[in-house]
Amino acid sequence: MRRWQLASFALFFGLWELAGRWPVSPAFPPFSQTMVGLWQMVLDGSLAKAYWITAQPFALGIVLCALAGIAFGIGMGLSRLIEWLSLPVFVILQAAPMAAIIPLLTYMYGIGLTSKVLAVIMLAAPVIVMNSYKGIRNTPPSLLQMCRSFQGTRVQEVLKIVLPHAAALIFAGLRLGLAMGFIGIVIAELLITPTGVGDLISYHSSTADYPKMFAVIASIVAVAAISLQLLQRLEQRLFP
Amino acid sequence: MIVEVKGVGKTYDNGVEALRDVNLAFPQGQLTTLLGPSGCGKTTLLKIIAGLIPRNGGEVLVKGKPVEGPGPERAFVFQDFALLPWASVLRNVAFGLELRGTPRPEREEVARKYIAEVGLKGFEHRYPAQLSGGMRQRVGLARALTVDADIILMDEPFSSVDEQTRRKFQEDLLDLLRHHQKTVIFVTHSIEEAAYLSDQIALLSPRPGRVSKIVRPNVDHSRSPDEIRRDRGYLDTVDEIWGMLRQYV
Repeated sequence: MRRWQLASFALFFGLWELAGRWPVSPAFPPFSQTMVGLWQMVLDGSLAKAYWITAQPFALGIVLCALAGIAFGIGMGLSRLIEWLSLPVFVILQAAPMAAIIPLLTYMYGIGLTSKVLAVIMLAAPVIVMNSYKGIRNTPPSLLQMCRSFQGTRVQEVLKIVLPHAAALIFAGLRLGLAMGFIGIVIAELLITPTGVGDLISYHSSTADYPKMFAVIASIVAVAAISLQLLQRLEQRLFP
Repeated sequence: MIVEVKGVGKTYDNGVEALRDVNLAFPQGQLTTLLGPSGCGKTTLLKIIAGLIPRNGGEVLVKGKPVEGPGPERAFVFQDFALLPWASVLRNVAFGLELRGTPRPEREEVARKYIAEVGLKGFEHRYPAQLSGGMRQRVGLARALTVDADIILMDEPFSSVDEQTRRKFQEDLLDLLRHHQKTVIFVTHSIEEAAYLSDQIALLSPRPGRVSKIVRPNVDHSRSPDEIRRDRGYLDTVDEIWGMLRQYV
């Protein structure tokens, strides 16, 4: 299994190298040059600096989503009134074209941290809220009947059955929310004002330093893929 | 009569009339089976007695008091076991007591005793997914026994259990319930199961369910299981019930 994964990576990077040398486009550097660009940015500290800036709105957005989004989703699952009031909002948010909506945030909240945090929240929140909501709603009816048959109270039902049952789905929602958050922060940093990794991409693109531009993009993919993989492992360990 | 059902009817919100004017009495310390074809409302009747679903008419008396919901004198055993997948056997069995606020050491002591009685000693720290269907239902039965209810309500408890396990489980069940002097109301669609286990069998007609006949099998339960299964009375009961049920299929 391990071996095949490595082979697949080697094949992908090999094809990338070939396509870059062909060349497909002058703006498409081969793998080796991209890695050199990446190494240069690691050495001069620009990559670390960019990620430090990007991490702030990202972390803020994800933490806010995790706290408020899970609480909200649980509320929607438990109360018909909250569900009726807010389900349509989240269904619409899930379907809305975010890349078109995010620039609008600039009109309302300017170009600062707020807009970028909001961009992360707008992408990450729907899936976190909806997963929490579905986790609550999908409690097996026979477990609820079992609780009632032993004269369990509503509070016991929620604490001992509904929430533990929803935990796995809520966690999966967090993982998916994180994936959406990565998309959100990169869109925000490209569309609102260039900062952090978004700035690094647009800067190297404007000076036609394509290896570095591609290196930044590749590093984002790698960071996102690795953190999601780690979360998935944690999930499998917590909820086997 | 520990449980009395008087003129109970039930029509679901979708307009299906599941039960009409059901009258039935359950003698203390005996095992009564609700037997009938699929969809005759036998599970509905059991859940009404349990207080899990509301009835539309009539009344249910348990020890002379009208039922308005679940009560401590009744414990339910579910067809799909209804075990908490994230909890060990020990916690699952103790769960009824946990809901009542019994302190942990005390409830676990009681739970261990019943885990041993249903034959699951050594499995206390396993999880439901690690058990076979038959073992899971033993957990469900142990949970119902821990709360020390006088009346055990069982909803097709063996329907998800394979045939060999089922026979052994039926024998154990009879021993256990007689030993604890429980009143049992048991839902099944198996004629053999009903004839083998029951002191009294209530045959329900198809929708809307009504009690079409009450049969008292002439079976001597003090005899060994194998003797009972060859016994004249047992075989006659099976034939008699089949004769009445065949008109519905």
